[in-house]
Amino acid sequence: MKVSGTVTTIGDDIDTDIIFPARYLAILDPKEQAKYLFEPLGAAFRDQVCAGGVLAAGWNFGCGSSREHAVTSLIGAGVKLVVAKSFSRIFFRNSINTGLPVIVSPELADAVVDGVPVEVDLAAGGAKLGDRLIAFTSLSPELLAILTAGGLWAAHEQKMGGNHAAHAG
Amino acid sequence: MPHTLAEKIMGRLAGRPVTAGEFIEIGPDWTFSLDDGIGLVDRYFRLHNVEKIADPSRIALFYDHYSPADTPLHAHVQRVGRELCAKFGIDKLFDVGEGISHQIAVEQGFVRPGHMVTNTDSHTCTIGAVGAVGCGIGVAEMAYLWAHGKLWFRVPESVKITLEGRLPPGSAAKDIVLAILQRISARGALYSSVEYHGPALAHLSIPERMTLCNMGIEMGAKFAVVPGDEVTRAHYASLGIEVGDMPQPDADARYAASHTIDLSTIGPMLSAPNKVDNVHAVGDIEPLAINQAFLGTCTNGRFEDLAAAAAILKGRQVAPGVRMIVTPASKAVYRRALREGVIEILVEAGCVVTTPGCGACAGIHQGVLAETEVCIASSSRNFLGRMGNRDAKIYLGSPATVAASAVNGRLTDPREFLP
Ligand code: SF4
Repeated sequence: MKVSGTVTTIGDDIDTDIIFPARYLAILDPKEQAKYLFEPLGAAFRDQVCAGGVLAAGWNFGCGSSREHAVTSLIGAGVKLVVAKSFSRIFFRNSINTGLPVIVSPELADAVVDGVPVEVDLAAGGAKLGDRLIAFTSLSPELLAILTAGGLWAAHEQKMGGNHAAHAG
Repeated sequence: MPHTLAEKIMGRLAGRPVTAGEFIEIGPDWTFSLDDGIGLVDRYFRLHNVEKIADPSRIALFYDHYSPADTPLHAHVQRVGRELCAKFGIDKLFDVGEGISHQIAVEQGFVRPGHMVTNTDSHTCTIGAVGAVGCGIGVAEMAYLWAHGKLWFRVPESVKITLEGRLPPGSAAKDIVLAILQRISARGALYSSVEYHGPALAHLSIPERMTLCNMGIEMGAKFAVVPGDEVTRAHYASLGIEVGDMPQPDADARYAASHTIDLSTIGPMLSAPNKVDNVHAVGDIEPLAINQAFLGTCTNGRFEDLAAAAAILKGRQVAPGVRMIVTPASKAVYRRALREGVIEILVEAGCVVTTPGCGACAGIHQGVLAETEVCIASSSRNFLGRMGNRDAKIYLGSPATVAASAVNGRLTDPREFLP
């Protein structure tokens, strides 16, 4: 699974209230959710993240609430990859289970800066930053399989043979 | 091989011994959903043509975040949830005014020591107070669990926190957990199961243990748990429930880290904006004027919390220009506080009492803040914008600290009001 884009960086302990405020939780469509992504940080930041498609964070990204919207609003906004030094447990699960590629790598998170183009191969565990190559530990095969299928439901339907419906996004 | 409590409980569900780091597919004892996620559960069911669910008897639905509904959209998702319960034969629907899921699960006793609970809420670790383990999950996986009954989990490493000594007067369970956060940080137990140990536990009640376990997620933990003991047994006995053997961690189980906390050194603490681990002794913080005092939530909205606030507010008044909002964590809390005269004291002092549930905690309704306002809250999070406005400031403290600050109109050490 290969992903590329331009990086926007953000700091440590970024919580889900900053990513997607609770008062919008009844909004179910990821494209609609995307309008409220990073609302407390302002529209300019959101636009930058959407345009580049790759977010690079510090430690404990996505701490706080279990709200899946923190992940699906990123997907709805066109974000293709989040790199972090570490993720909160629930944000990480939600990413795998709804199909948002994530990489846990302090080295990669430290190496990127705002505006740098990046190209990653999730299965092989390699990232290209210009002509620099950075290796990272890829996800376990179990999780990579769910992610590559497009999330928990898509992976299940793939396993069952028939695909009843499109991936939920 | 010796096992931690998390390994024991997950091993029972897996039907074989399991060790930290393993991926397993298991069906938790309970899957709880809430009004803020049920609309999405329904959306997944429609997208994937789900017409049958695995086991309605293990499911409960709680209306706590939006109760009573404050917008047409919130009313709509609550309606959708009622329809799902009727369609699938789910009889545990705790509707508007019943209270917060974590509180109800403990006070009604249907979660037992050794159970594993999943819930679309990060504070599900609160259930650890009764020797069970609980963790938050997302809605895609909640809908999946309803439909298929099993889900992948990783068995967590455990962090041992040993509590020694006795709390001094004026300090509360909230101060203990804030002190732990100050020590180990918001990622000090990332992905782990926090296991509480030590002689101090014998003196900590179930409500106090709930506060301790509740903020496990603020340390990054998956579970936070007090292994079942005589206090646990007495809690169930008071509900007319006899519990058998409660699973225990083995004495030589392996822990990723261990910390010891001496309660006798802990005074009233505050978590200052905008990070929960930005913890200081109340006396070390500038005594800022406050606009709102908020008492409630799954962290500190229990009877004992309301009573602790009432002990300070009795015969006193909330300072002019300050609003104090009290939101009982459940209907049972509310009724007991009414019966025992606690509500009367609070209302006489000038407090506003709202519907049991989450209330203002997540900035959805019933007490959101304006820009530049300062709030002292008994809740668990002070993130930027959490209570409605990104330019408001939220300080977190114990119920006594909330009440003392409300009386003085500024951040106040509750020991000023010790009898
Ligand atoms: S009271 Fe607050 S922290 Fe607890 S479940 Fe409700 S919103 Fe979440």
